Amino acid sequence: MASKIHCDIVSAEKSIFSGEVELVVAAGTEGDLGIRAGHAPLLTALAPGPVRIVTEEGHEDIFYVSGGFLEIQPDIVSLLADTAQRARDIDEAEAEQARQEAQRELEQHESAEQHSIALAQFAEASARLRTLHQLKRRR
Amino acid sequence: MAAGKEIKSQIGSVKNTQKITSAMEMVAASKMRRAQDRMAASQPYARQIRKVVGHVSKANPEYRHPYMQPRDVKRVGYIVVTSDRGLCGGLNVNLFKSVMRDAKQWRDQGAEVRFCAIGSKGSVFFRKYGSSELLAAKSGIGDAPVTQDLIGSVKVMLDAFDNGELDRLNVVCNEFVNTMTQTPIVRQLLPLTVDEPAKDQTTDPSSSAPWDYLYEPDAKALLDTLLVRYVESQVYQAVVENIACEQAARMIAMKNATDNAGNMIDELQLEYNKARQAAITQEISEIVSGAAAV
Repeated sequence: MASKIHCDIVSAEKSIFSGEVELVVAAGTEGDLGIRAGHAPLLTALAPGPVRIVTEEGHEDIFYVSGGFLEIQPDIVSLLADTAQRARDIDEAEAEQARQEAQRELEQHESAEQHSIALAQFAEASARLRTLHQLKRRR
Repeated sequence: MAAGKEIKSQIGSVKNTQKITSAMEMVAASKMRRAQDRMAASQPYARQIRKVVGHVSKANPEYRHPYMQPRDVKRVGYIVVTSDRGLCGGLNVNLFKSVMRDAKQWRDQGAEVRFCAIGSKGSVFFRKYGSSELLAAKSGIGDAPVTQDLIGSVKVMLDAFDNGELDRLNVVCNEFVNTMTQTPIVRQLLPLTVDEPAKDQTTDPSSSAPWDYLYEPDAKALLDTLLVRYVESQVYQAVVENIACEQAARMIAMKNATDNAGNMIDELQLEYNKARQAAITQEISEIVSGAAAV
């Protein structure tokens, strides 16, 4: 059985990654997914969080996505991210600051709408930090 | 020498115009490069989502989204992407011609048409043409469009489709063939079509047994958002491509204008020289005949 699976990661702005990989780990809205070749066709929405890919040589790469869609065919994975960036491009201080700001907003929200916006911002900021921590742990 | 002076001032004014057009040409050239980069950058997403939606429409989903079901066409909607500014040759005119040709075909079949104009040239045209057929208009997108700007007018058309006011939705924009050529095209957005040739024939599962995706969370919520995102991304791609076309067309139009101004100056210069020569000749003959009389 082929152990390779073709993976395309695109964001609205550009193509982030395209190539053969062994394993893709992504955060779906219903939980984390690990995908290898021969996976059943699946379509899911993505939650903000890290996406990890392992290439054939065992080399690992981690990306951050802010949400989007994931489509799985037996040997193709297409990841349509709203925004995506390589984990090592994330500025930790900035992410931490964004998280704190979102938390502050969350505590002093006035309307339900503001609350949900703050909640989404908080989720994104903490997902960014989680991505960074995962990157550090791997090293 | 009265005629000579007039011609001289005319040459001056043509020269000024030439300066402006050549400056516009250079501005358009640099903007075109950036617009092309932007077009190339957003292409992977548009292509990928088209591929995914192509797969989805080939699957046998438990839930048939209204966007996937072909309907009897009673009303056709067009999202017409035009430029905000003129001076870009026949770009918009050609686009309107092809829209009108397509719309006429539907009218002949007894269907009505509705328009959504993106870009101020489009809204002006359709307002003049018949405002009752214009559902939404959006202008002032600028050189670097963002999806948020387009969502509003796209939503109007999607809502109309959802309510059954539209049975078919097309997007019309100029296709960037190369710098010299831009061709207007009409693309069908909804209901979904599977005219995309499958690039991965070997892995195409539709050839075998009927199949379906696993959906997480559930098919309805997922397809709703995916298909709306699909339409938005296709419209965004059309707008970005049209901007690249606009700049290319403007560059060519301004290059032609500069060249024509050059020719005009040459002609005027010739005329001026002739007039000057005639005046001198006349003066000499007056002097000679005056001397002969003495």
